[in-house]
Amino acid sequence: MKKALVVLEDGLVLEGESFGAEGERFGEVVFNTSMVGYQEILTDPSYKGQIVTMTYPLIGNYGVNCKDVESERPQVEGFLIRELSPVVSNYRSQKSLSDYLKEYSILGVEGIDTRRLTTHLRDHGAKRGVISTLDLDPKSLLKKVLASPEMTGQDLVKEVTSKSAYTFDETLDPEFCWPTQEHKARVPFNIVCIDSGIKRNILRKLNQHGFKVKVVQATTSAARIMSSNPDGVFLSNGPGDPAACTYLVDTTRNLMGKVPIFGICLGHQILGLALGGRTFKLKFGHRGANHPVMDLATQKVEITSQNHGFCVDLESLANKEVELTHVNLNDKTLEGMRHKKYPVFSVQYHPESSPGPHDSDYLFDRFYEMVSNFCHSRKSGNPGSSSPTLDSGSRPPSAARPE
Amino acid sequence: MPKRTDIKKILIIGSGPIIIGQGCEFDYSGTQACKALREEGYQVVLVNSNPATIMTDPDMAERTYIEPVTAEVLEKVIERERPDACLPTMGGQTGLNVAIEAWEKGIFKKYAVELIGADYKAIKKAENREEFKQAMKKIGLDLPRSHFAYSVEEAEQAADEIGYPVVVRPSFTLGGSGSGICFNREELARTSRLGLEYSLTHEVLIEESVLGWKEYEMEVMRDTKDNVVIICSIENFDPMGVHTGDSITVAPAQTLTDKEYQRMRDASIAVIREIGVATGGSNIQFAVNPENGRMVVIEMNPRVSRSSALASKATGFPIAKFAAKLAVGYTLNEISNDITQYTPASFEPVIDYCVVKIPRFAFEKFEGVDDTLSTQMKSVGEAMAIGRTFKEAFQKGLRSLEQKRFGFGGDGKDDVFGLKLDTREKLMKFITEAPADEALKDKILSYLAKPKAERPFYIKYAFYAGLSTEQIYQASKIDRWFLENLKQIVELEAELLQKGTAPFDLLRKAKRYGFSDRQLAFYFATREAKVRKLRAELGIRPVYKLVDTCAAEFKAYTPYFYSTYEEESDMIPSGRKKVMILGGGPNRIGQGIEFDYCCVQAAFAFREMELETIMVNSNPETVSTDYDTSDKLYFEPLTLEDVLNIVEFEHPMGVVIQLGGQTPLNLAKALEENGVPILGTSVSSIDIAEDRDKFKKLLESIQLKQPSNAIARTEKEAISAAEKVGYPVVVRPSYVLGGRAMEIAYDEESLLKYMKTAVEASEEQPVLIDKFLEYATEVDVDLIGDGNNYVIGGIMEHVEEAGIHSGDSACSFPPFSLSREVIEAVCDKTKKLAASLHIKGLMNVQYAIQHGEVYCLEVNPRASRTVPFISKAIGAPLSKYAAKIMGGLTLRELGMTREIHPKHYSVKESVFPFIKFPGVDIILSPEMKSTGEVMGIDEDFGMAFYKSQDAASSKLPMSGTVFVSVKDVDKPKILPVAKKLAALGYELIATRGTAAYLTQQSLPVKTVLRLNEGRPNIEDGIKNGSIHLIINTPMGKGPKLDEAKIRSLAVSFKIPCITTVEGAECAILAMESIRIKGLSVRSIQEYHSWKNETFPSPSSCEGEGNARQLES
Repeated sequence: MKKALVVLEDGLVLEGESFGAEGERFGEVVFNTSMVGYQEILTDPSYKGQIVTMTYPLIGNYGVNCKDVESERPQVEGFLIRELSPVVSNYRSQKSLSDYLKEYSILGVEGIDTRRLTTHLRDHGAKRGVISTLDLDPKSLLKKVLASPEMTGQDLVKEVTSKSAYTFDETLDPEFCWPTQEHKARVPFNIVCIDSGIKRNILRKLNQHGFKVKVVQATTSAARIMSSNPDGVFLSNGPGDPAACTYLVDTTRNLMGKVPIFGICLGHQILGLALGGRTFKLKFGHRGANHPVMDLATQKVEITSQNHGFCVDLESLANKEVELTHVNLNDKTLEGMRHKKYPVFSVQYHPESSPGPHDSDYLFDRFYEMVSNFCHSRKSGNPGSSSPTLDSGSRPPSAARPE
Repeated sequence: MPKRTDIKKILIIGSGPIIIGQGCEFDYSGTQACKALREEGYQVVLVNSNPATIMTDPDMAERTYIEPVTAEVLEKVIERERPDACLPTMGGQTGLNVAIEAWEKGIFKKYAVELIGADYKAIKKAENREEFKQAMKKIGLDLPRSHFAYSVEEAEQAADEIGYPVVVRPSFTLGGSGSGICFNREELARTSRLGLEYSLTHEVLIEESVLGWKEYEMEVMRDTKDNVVIICSIENFDPMGVHTGDSITVAPAQTLTDKEYQRMRDASIAVIREIGVATGGSNIQFAVNPENGRMVVIEMNPRVSRSSALASKATGFPIAKFAAKLAVGYTLNEISNDITQYTPASFEPVIDYCVVKIPRFAFEKFEGVDDTLSTQMKSVGEAMAIGRTFKEAFQKGLRSLEQKRFGFGGDGKDDVFGLKLDTREKLMKFITEAPADEALKDKILSYLAKPKAERPFYIKYAFYAGLSTEQIYQASKIDRWFLENLKQIVELEAELLQKGTAPFDLLRKAKRYGFSDRQLAFYFATREAKVRKLRAELGIRPVYKLVDTCAAEFKAYTPYFYSTYEEESDMIPSGRKKVMILGGGPNRIGQGIEFDYCCVQAAFAFREMELETIMVNSNPETVSTDYDTSDKLYFEPLTLEDVLNIVEFEHPMGVVIQLGGQTPLNLAKALEENGVPILGTSVSSIDIAEDRDKFKKLLESIQLKQPSNAIARTEKEAISAAEKVGYPVVVRPSYVLGGRAMEIAYDEESLLKYMKTAVEASEEQPVLIDKFLEYATEVDVDLIGDGNNYVIGGIMEHVEEAGIHSGDSACSFPPFSLSREVIEAVCDKTKKLAASLHIKGLMNVQYAIQHGEVYCLEVNPRASRTVPFISKAIGAPLSKYAAKIMGGLTLRELGMTREIHPKHYSVKESVFPFIKFPGVDIILSPEMKSTGEVMGIDEDFGMAFYKSQDAASSKLPMSGTVFVSVKDVDKPKILPVAKKLAALGYELIATRGTAAYLTQQSLPVKTVLRLNEGRPNIEDGIKNGSIHLIINTPMGKGPKLDEAKIRSLAVSFKIPCITTVEGAECAILAMESIRIKGLSVRSIQEYHSWKNETFPSPSSCEGEGNARQLES
C-alpha cells in the first residue's frame, strides 16, 4: 500500500496508507461519529468539498452495495479512517470499500490516529486540509492547503444540483421498513423539491409519505416552480455556505406564503436567511447519528442524524415571524422552526436518517398534513392560513426555550 | 418530570451469591442504584445475602439486610421497614424471581409497596415464553417458527412446515435433557420419540433452528416520557447456539449496515414499549441469518444484566445508575452525562474503539463435565479489553484472562491436540508441516464445528494448516469478518517468527495488532525484558485514550482509559501524589468478587486520604471498574507489561498488590525488580511466605508446627517422600490457586495415579507433599497490621474438617467449638507470624487443629477471600484500614487497636455451580469448586447456620423424610444426628448398611433400595419428592459411582444434600433453631450498633429517628 500524507492548514501532519485512489485532494476536514453508515455518508452530497474522517476506527466491514446510496456516487473529497476491514462480510455487499473508492477516484487513507485528529478538530475547529499520495513533503503540502479556498463563502450547491429536472419514484426498501414506516396509502400530493444536493432517502421518504416528487435544479426560479402549481415545496440539504446561495434565498422568499414549504438542513438555513436571519459557521459542526433534539411542543427527545457545519443564529430570528420548534440538547443550538403565519417549517437535522435513527420520521407526516390542510383551505377559498399541524394549543413552555 | 416525592423509602433486592450466570455485575448495578437513589435523598433498604459485595457495606444503604434473598425474608423486611417502593430490576434473575414470587403471594399489595422500574405485568410478559411470543407477533416481529407436537407424526408435520434443520425441545424436563437438533426426518423421528418420553407432559416443541445465525444484543433504556435510547449494540463472535455469557462478544456491532442496524434499533424500541418496561434498562437479543439478513428476536431481559454491565463499561454510560434515577421519575434529558458533564443522558453513546469480552471457564475443576458450550451458561467470569482495533482488543482480552496466555497464542502455550508448541522451533516446524497434514485438517475442521473454550486457538491452527477462511466459516459459522481479522494476526505472527526480529515499522504494527512483549520475545527467542528495552529504544510506547461516550466530540471529564499504540494520549498525568491499585482480573474459582471488594475499599480509603487513586483491572462486571470508584481507571490486562506501561506513564508513589488476590501478588517480585515501589508488606516478606524453605524456617523460629512435608520432582521422589511424611498425604503442584489439582492420597496406589494423570512434575514445577491431618478442625484467621502493631480481624472456624478447600467450607465467626486455649494459641501465633513478616496491611493464615495441637497450613501475606465476610461480621472495614496503613497511617490512628467481639454469630456458606454441570459429583475436596458465598447472621449459631443454608438455596426442611447414607467410619458420628432427627419428628430412611446400623441403635428407620437393587429405589424417592434432605458422606469420588449419582440427582431436584458429618451436625442445630424460634431478620446497621446494647426497632425510629441512629 502506498503512503499518504494528510496536512491541515494549521500544520498538523498525519501519516497513513492509501487504500482508495491515488492523487491529491483538498477539502475541509470534518469528523463524523456515526458507527455505521459510511456508505450513506460517502454518497451524501452535503459532504461536497469535505474530507471526512470517521471516529469509529473499523470501516469497510460490510462493504458497499448499490442500494444504500444517497446519490449516484461518493461525494467526499477524501476519506480518513483508522483501519480498513480485511474482508467484506454482509449478504448485501457487492464490492469492497476500497474498490468503490478507486472506481470513483476518491482518496482513502487508513492508519490514521483518527481520535487525535478528531480531538484536534474539536479543539481547534474544522480545518482546510489536503490528502496526497503524490507529494509527501509536509511543507509543500501546507503551502498548497493555505492556498485552497475557505469553506465560508463557498457556493457548492451548483456543483451537486441535478443537471435537469426529473421525477423520482423510488421507494424505501420494504425489507428495512418497520411496520410504522410502511408506505402510507394516501391521496398523493405533488411537490417540487429544490435540489441543492438532495439525499435520496429524503426523496424515498417523501414518496413513502404520500408525495409525488418532482426534483428541480437549485437555480430554478420561484415563478417557474409555481408555474407547475405544486401542492408543496421542499428545500433540500446541500453542501457549502448557505449565505453564498443568494439565489436560493431569493427563491424561497418568493415562495413563502404561496405554498407550504418544508426544509431540511441547508434548506432550513436558506429558510432562516429568507426570514431575515443570519447563519454562522459552527466550530466543528454536528456530524453523527446520536444528537438529542427536543421537540418543544411535545417535550419528547428524538435521537437525530446530523450533518451540518453552518447554523442559523437563534438571536438573529428574535423579532422575526418565526417560532422555535426544536432545539439541540447538547449545545442548545436551533434545530427546528416554523413560520408564525405561513405553512412553512424546517429542521436542521435529518429526519430521513440514512444513516441514523428513524425517530424523526413524523416530520414527513407533519409536512403531509400541512400540505393537505393547505390544499383543503385553498379549495375552500381561504389561502394562506397558518400551519395546521403544529398548533393544537401546545405552545412550548417558555422555560424550555433555549437561551 | 422531576423526581417523585411521594416515595421516600425504596427497597432494593440484591442478587445473592455469585453463581454461574450471576457474577459481580449485580454488585456493580446494585451499588450504582444505591448510590444514585441516596444521592437523590431517598432512603434505601437493601436485601442481599452476599457479604463480599460493596453494596452490602453498611454505608451504601440506610438499612442493609444480609439475609437470604427469598420472598419470606422480603416480607419480613418489608414488614419491618415499610418501604414505599421496591426496585426489583437490579438483582439479576434472582431479584426478579423473588419479586415475582412476592407479588404473587400478595406481599407488595399487603404492605402497599409499589414496584418501580418494571412492574409485575411487564416482567411476566418478558419472562413467559408464550406471552413473549404473542407480544412479539403483535408488533410484527419475527421469531423462530415453532409448533408443539404430541406425537412423532405431529413432529414430522411441524418440521416439514418449518423446514430442516429443526430443534426438538421437550417440555418440562430437567436440564434441557432430550433436546436436540435434527437435520432430517430420520433424526427427527428418533429425537422426538425420545423427547416425548422425557417430557413430563408428553410434549415437544419443534422449533426452527437458528444455530449458526449471527447473534446480537441491544442495550436499551426508556424513561417515563417514553424516550428510548440504545446504549450499545453487541455482536457475538460465537454464533447462535452458545449462551451469550459463554460467547466472545464484541461492541459495537461490526457487520451490520446502517439499514440493518436501524431495523434492529427500531425493533428494540418496539420491544421495550410493547413489553412495557416503564423505565430503566433492558437487554434484547436478536439472531440474524447471515445468508439473507432475516432477523428474529430471541429474548429480552426486563432488567439490568451482565450485558448491561458490559455495555456500561464498554461505552462509559452508567446504565444501572441512570436506570435507578429513571425509576424515580426523572427523564433521560434531565440527567446529565457524567462524562461530558454538560450534555444530557438522552443520547446514544458512540465509541471510537473496539471492545472484546472473553469468558473465563473452569472446566478443569469438574471431573467428567461436558466442556462443549451450549445454551446453558458455564463460564465463571469474563475479561474485557479495549483496543482501537478488534485484533488489538482480542489479544489484550486473551492475556487478561489470567490463564497464562499472552495473546492469540505464540506464547509457548499453543497445544494442537496434545502437540505442544512450546518453543519457537516447534511452532515454526508446525507451520511448515501442518499444511501437508490432511488428517490434521480434518481433525481441526471437526473440532471447529463444536463450540469449546479453546476453539479460537484452533482457528489459528486451522489457518496454519492451510485451511481457508471459507472452510473455517463453514465449520464454525463464525463470521468471516472475525476470521479474517484473526487471520491477519496469524499472518503477522508468521512474519515475526520468520524474521526473528523486527524493524520499527513491523514492531509498531505488531503492537497495534495487540501482540504482547511476551509473544514477541517468543518469536525472537529472547526475553520479555529485552523486547521491552528494544521498544523503549525505538520509542514504541502505548498512548492512553479515553472512554468518553462521544468519540471525542465533546471534552470528557471522567478519566477512564485504555492503552493503544497510536500517536497521542488524551491526557497528561497529574503531578498529584498517587497510588495505583491492581485489581484481581476476571472472576474464576478461587478468585472472585471478594478481592474486588478489597480493591474498591482501598480506592475509597485513598480518596479519603486525598491521594489520587488509579485502578487497573480487566473485569467488566466489577465495582472497581466503575469510573466513579477511583480518580482514574485503566481498563487493562494485569500483566507485567501492561502494568509497567501505566507505571511509567503515571509514576505513582506506590502500587498496591495485596488486595487483588493472587493475580497482582504474582507480579510483586517483577514489579519491584523494575523499580516499582510496592506499598504495604514488603516483597521479601511475601517471598518468605511463598518460599517453602524460608517459610519452614520462619515457623520454626516461632515454634509453630507445620504438617510434615516434602517436595518431589519425580514419581520416585514422590513415593519416598510420602513414605517419609506418612500417609495420608495431600499432594499438589507448587504455586497453585484455589487448590487446583490438589488431592488427598491415602496410599501409594492413589499417589501414583495422581502423579501419572493429574500433574506433570518437573524441575521447575515440583509437587508438594504434605502430611494430611485427619479429623482436624480448620481455622482461617485474618489479621491487619501496620508493621508495629497487629490486630486479629477474626478467627473463623470451619464447619467441614481440614482436607476440604477453605474456599469451599462453611465457617463461623466467632468459632463455635474451639477451646479458649486453642483460640489464644492461634491469636498468639498469628501475631508472631505477622510481626516476623512485618505485615503492613492484611494477612491470612490457615491452621489445622488436631488433638488440641495447632498446625499452620499456609500464610497469605495479602487480603484473603474472607476479608469482606469478617469485615461485615465485626463491623470494621479491614481492607479500607489496610489501604490507609499502606498510605502511611497506623492502627492507632485508625482506632483499630483491639479485636472486636460482636455478640452475634456470622456463618459463611459456599455456593457451588453443580446445577450447571449435570452428572458431576458434588463432594467437597481440596480442590476448590465454589463460585460464591453467602452470610447468615444471628445471635444464635444454629439460626445463623440455617440462614446461611437458606441463602445458599439449600433450605433445610422443617419436617419430612431424611435419607441417611454414610461410610462406615462416620456411622458412630452420625448416630447423634440421626437421634436428634428422629426426636424432632423427621422420618429416617437409609440404604441397607446405614439402616442396619441405625436399627441396631434402636432408631426407627426405613430401608430404601440402592440404584442397582431394584425399584422403587432411592432415585424414585428423590424424583417423586418424597425425600427432603440427604445426608451422604462419600465413600469414594467420581461421577460413575452410585452414590455420586444420588448426590447429583439431589442437585437436579434441588434437595439439600449434606456430604460431611460436621455439616450434618450444624444442620441439626439449625433445624432445631428454626423450629423453635422461627425466622427473623435484622439489618447489619442494627447488629453493629451493639455497643448501644439495645437494638432499636426500625418501626419506632422513622424519619429523624432513623437518621439519629445512623449517626451513632
